[in-house]
Amino acid sequence: MTLLVADGVTKTFAGITALDNIELDVGPQEIVGLIGPNGAGKTTFFNCLLGILKPDGGRVTFEGRDLARVAPYKRARLGIARTFQRVELFSGMTPRDHFLVAERVRNGRGALWKDVLFMGGPSADENERVGAMLELLDLVPVADRPIESLSLGVGRLVEIGRALMTEPKLVLLDEPSSGLDRHETEQLAGQLRTVQNERGFAILLVEHDVEFVRSLVERVFVLDFGTLIASGPTDEVFADSAVRKAYLGDIV
Amino acid sequence: MAAVTEPATAPVLELRDVDAGYGPFRAIFDVSFSLARGRVLALLGSNGAGKTTIARVCSGLIVPTSGKVVYQGDDVTGQRAYKYARHGIIHAPEGRSVFASLTVAENLELTFRRSRGRNGVKKGLDEAFTMFPRLRDRRHQIAGTLSGGEQRMLSLARVIVERPRLLIADELSLGLAPIVVDEVYRTLEQIREAGTTLLIVEQHVHHALGIADDAIVLVKGEVAYSGPVSELGDLQSRVLGGGGGEGPVGV
Amino acid sequence: MEKLLGALIDGVAFGCVYALLAVGLTLAYKTSGVFNIAFGVQAFASGAIYYQLHVNDGWGILPAFIISVIIVAPLIGAILDRFLFRHLRSAPSMARLITALGLLVAIPQIVLLKFNQTEATRPTGIVPGGDVPYHIFGATLSRDQLSIMVCAVIVAVGLVLVFRYTALGIRMRAVVESPRMAELAGTDADRIGTAAWMLSSLVAGLAGVLLPTVTSQVGDIYYTTLLTAAIAATVLGSLTSIPLAFFGAIGLGVVQELLNRYLPTNSVLASNLRPSLPFVVLFLVLILSPRLRNKRELTDPLSSVDPPPPAPAAGQRSRELTIGTRVAGVLFGLGIGYYVFFHGNASVVGQGIQVVIYSIIFCSIVVITGIAGEVSFAQATFAGIGGFASAQLSSSAGMSVIFTIIIGGLIAAAVGAMLAIPALRLGGIFLTLATYAFALFFDNVIVSLSWVSGGLFPVVAPRPQLGSIDFASDRSFLVLCLVFLVIVGVIVMQVRSGTTGRYLSAVRGSEVAAASVGISPTRARITAFALSAGIAGVGGALLASYEGHANKIDYNATLGLFWVVIVVTLGSRTVEGAIQAALGFVLFSARVLPDWIPWIINHVQPFLHVDSLPNAVQFIFFGFGALTYAKHQEGILEANKVKSLAWVQGKIDRFKSGGRTKPGAAAVDTPGAAP
Repeated sequence: MTLLVADGVTKTFAGITALDNIELDVGPQEIVGLIGPNGAGKTTFFNCLLGILKPDGGRVTFEGRDLARVAPYKRARLGIARTFQRVELFSGMTPRDHFLVAERVRNGRGALWKDVLFMGGPSADENERVGAMLELLDLVPVADRPIESLSLGVGRLVEIGRALMTEPKLVLLDEPSSGLDRHETEQLAGQLRTVQNERGFAILLVEHDVEFVRSLVERVFVLDFGTLIASGPTDEVFADSAVRKAYLGDIV
Repeated sequence: MAAVTEPATAPVLELRDVDAGYGPFRAIFDVSFSLARGRVLALLGSNGAGKTTIARVCSGLIVPTSGKVVYQGDDVTGQRAYKYARHGIIHAPEGRSVFASLTVAENLELTFRRSRGRNGVKKGLDEAFTMFPRLRDRRHQIAGTLSGGEQRMLSLARVIVERPRLLIADELSLGLAPIVVDEVYRTLEQIREAGTTLLIVEQHVHHALGIADDAIVLVKGEVAYSGPVSELGDLQSRVLGGGGGEGPVGV
Repeated sequence: MEKLLGALIDGVAFGCVYALLAVGLTLAYKTSGVFNIAFGVQAFASGAIYYQLHVNDGWGILPAFIISVIIVAPLIGAILDRFLFRHLRSAPSMARLITALGLLVAIPQIVLLKFNQTEATRPTGIVPGGDVPYHIFGATLSRDQLSIMVCAVIVAVGLVLVFRYTALGIRMRAVVESPRMAELAGTDADRIGTAAWMLSSLVAGLAGVLLPTVTSQVGDIYYTTLLTAAIAATVLGSLTSIPLAFFGAIGLGVVQELLNRYLPTNSVLASNLRPSLPFVVLFLVLILSPRLRNKRELTDPLSSVDPPPPAPAAGQRSRELTIGTRVAGVLFGLGIGYYVFFHGNASVVGQGIQVVIYSIIFCSIVVITGIAGEVSFAQATFAGIGGFASAQLSSSAGMSVIFTIIIGGLIAAAVGAMLAIPALRLGGIFLTLATYAFALFFDNVIVSLSWVSGGLFPVVAPRPQLGSIDFASDRSFLVLCLVFLVIVGVIVMQVRSGTTGRYLSAVRGSEVAAASVGISPTRARITAFALSAGIAGVGGALLASYEGHANKIDYNATLGLFWVVIVVTLGSRTVEGAIQAALGFVLFSARVLPDWIPWIINHVQPFLHVDSLPNAVQFIFFGFGALTYAKHQEGILEANKVKSLAWVQGKIDRFKSGGRTKPGAAAVDTPGAAP
């Protein structure tokens, strides 16, 4: 059974069609790419999946459940996690804090009355899970440093770790390589692959970096001017002449 | 405008032993280089190496903590950024580089009004729109609603009409689809042919090296290589391909 | 027909005063990015100077107008820009709001040092013979009203034209969005910024001299109240549309005047709806306006050029030092407590009680501002709700006072949550404005209802009794209050380090990211609001019980603004900060100004003898203190404490290592450096 299905998603802004009848699906544990030129509607589509925008037509289902009336924060609890193109971190907190917050939301053990009764601190079991994630992403040396003092590359990893702490079934990655250099990008791709192997979640990757997409993704969807112009196994799609024209120009 | 004959060898802009940073953070150390007239210099290095900081020093956004910025032989260190702009140094900053709350036409007017006076605005707009017809269709659109590529075009349109002495282009390809990047670089080529000196800051080196005459490679805020692109040689693969983790590379 | 026309004319005239303020406020926001809640007091300064020169000193209209409006008003704007707001361009909008709030508190008090507003009645407008009436179909229009209308239209139309068609207008908008990018385009951002401030302050000055003709007195309270209506109109224009703000303001004036004429004079509706209309409208506009929903502040893409100073790292102190400071703090507190309890006279004990009670109330500001990162202007109102509820329940219903104090807190918490639910999707400055509208509504309408405040005679609030222990004596009541403070303090500390605090700081750090892991930002903030309101309510109830009755001036909205100022100035992040703020608040007016400062002045030099400093000094002092907020968001005292402890820590480290390692081991990565 497929995990996420976008069925005919359509979105218009002031008469301009930003997304026209988009069909996309992601299976369990699958890595799927979404590429397209600027202004093709990738971000709009992403926001429709996450509930930040409401599609004008079509529907998005997750494990067969219609998401239309599910608030963004509730989607996280269903098992959809995400990262941000411009990193969004909790300023003033450490990577460990980031993971603890996500862990606490996942297990739902937090409550105001528990705080008041001195029961708000992390439990042994929470510490263990957070420690495991820090180790998995090689973040142990920086675990207790304030997030502002860390580099963008580390910030990206913290975002990914925070997303994974919610034990998602699907992670949406929004241009994870932007702002990283080639070396950092390769490192990130490697880490993503390792983590995905270990934890077995599905990924929907929105990316510009063609190399990065190719190195990770089995199946890819291409958007242009709000319509899906191609989809299928990565190599086939990159061989498609329409795709080359719209997106890749002559560089491949 | 008096036609001043300048010696062909005088650099447009020169940095002498510049240290700079942000508050307590030091980002570049003892950087010196000069930008010769009409040439294209590519500033290369990994993320966090200090490229953007140098670009900002060159346009006056950041005042060096020590060292000098020399413009055509005059010391301009510490002058405010708008003075640099009036000298003909234009900086297209990284990321969003247009005023999102102004319309396309107003974005252009802001520059032309100052450089060409009240009556020159219309002509400037015409030139810009001839160069980028797509902008003409969107002249009354708020710039913030343009796509990333169109915004980059808008900031270049301003530059191409202005014909500045020096253009500092910071990560123009960032976040753009490859096909748009090609277009951006074709425009840069035009700007260069019009006689503008270029300082190009890039992470993705292939494009930058295609257009540049000289290159500076930064490693952790220090200059690791400075010289013609043709002599960059294997340093390219070591520094640019290898990653930022290595220490300074001896030249 | 005549009645309707008369109402329309008066309404439009009144609306034009709102419109001037609203247009000026919109201008200030558009050009400086500051929601200038001190706009009204800037207007007040000009109004007072004009009255002083023209009426008291007998100057002609023109010279008085030139001095007060053309010279002084823009000068104030230039000074505010040069010394304050220019440096806050890249600061968070909350820092700018707090700065404006400091001015709102300080400026009127400076003016009032020289200007006697209680006698400033029968003001005159800016045209000779202002009360000469013109008759139009039987209705009358005075010359003053006409001058107001003409001025408002000229200002609104003029500003729209400036913005749309002039180079200055484009430059101003560019500078607001990103001063640095404007500089890169060759614009001198500082000069444009100053020009914008001078222009908006000029409008404030003009409004300031015109406004007294409709209020018939020059008093700071009128300016602040009228500003609320203007804020409603400004919000109608989503803070950026001058035409919408203009017509919104006039509409508001007309509706208010129509209600005035057509509602039966003695009905409950009339006596309540009329004075409250601006607040109700502001509140409704805030929570209903669809345009605000998607309003996101445009961020300056080049703001990283001056990154804000990194947050002080608290975790780098050694265990010994932490224990040392704690022990010292506890000993100091015990010492003071011992002195007050065993040796203090009645007034000292009274002040001790007040310090403890205000510490509790100020803990509510720690929760909402220090932890949740929101600013509420309604904390005094929540304290009031607790105070009135507790007093009514104990004196009318005869319930046990300890019990009613807690019930009072719960009721305040419920009201806080109810206020928060519709307002919370706003966030930031709009949320603050909604709390302000609520506070003013409470002050002007709710508080006068007899089932709330007891009407003419304040409702009696007895002292509590617990079994056989009677807290009627001040000393025993002090102990009770201390118990409450300890409980509240522990709750606040636990909440901060527990789940709730973590969620709130996550939401504060990045709302979208918090939602992306499943935190409901709304729910987190409602919790914070309810908790904060509840704490304020308990404090308010104790205050009523201490004084013997629930007194509405103790819970005044303006006082609430001052509370925010004093707490954020001294330290809003910690319970300690709240206690320090309470010490400052109580002792400044009770001790420092009347006794201590004059004593020092009179003992260090023989020439000048000082008796007592006016209480205004307190407002000026802390009002200006708030101006440091942008630099030290954790509070001045907290910042200095961190600094001096870091120094001590450096000494300790050096001592331990025998002076071999470098001091200040706090190594920080350069931003963006590869790990």
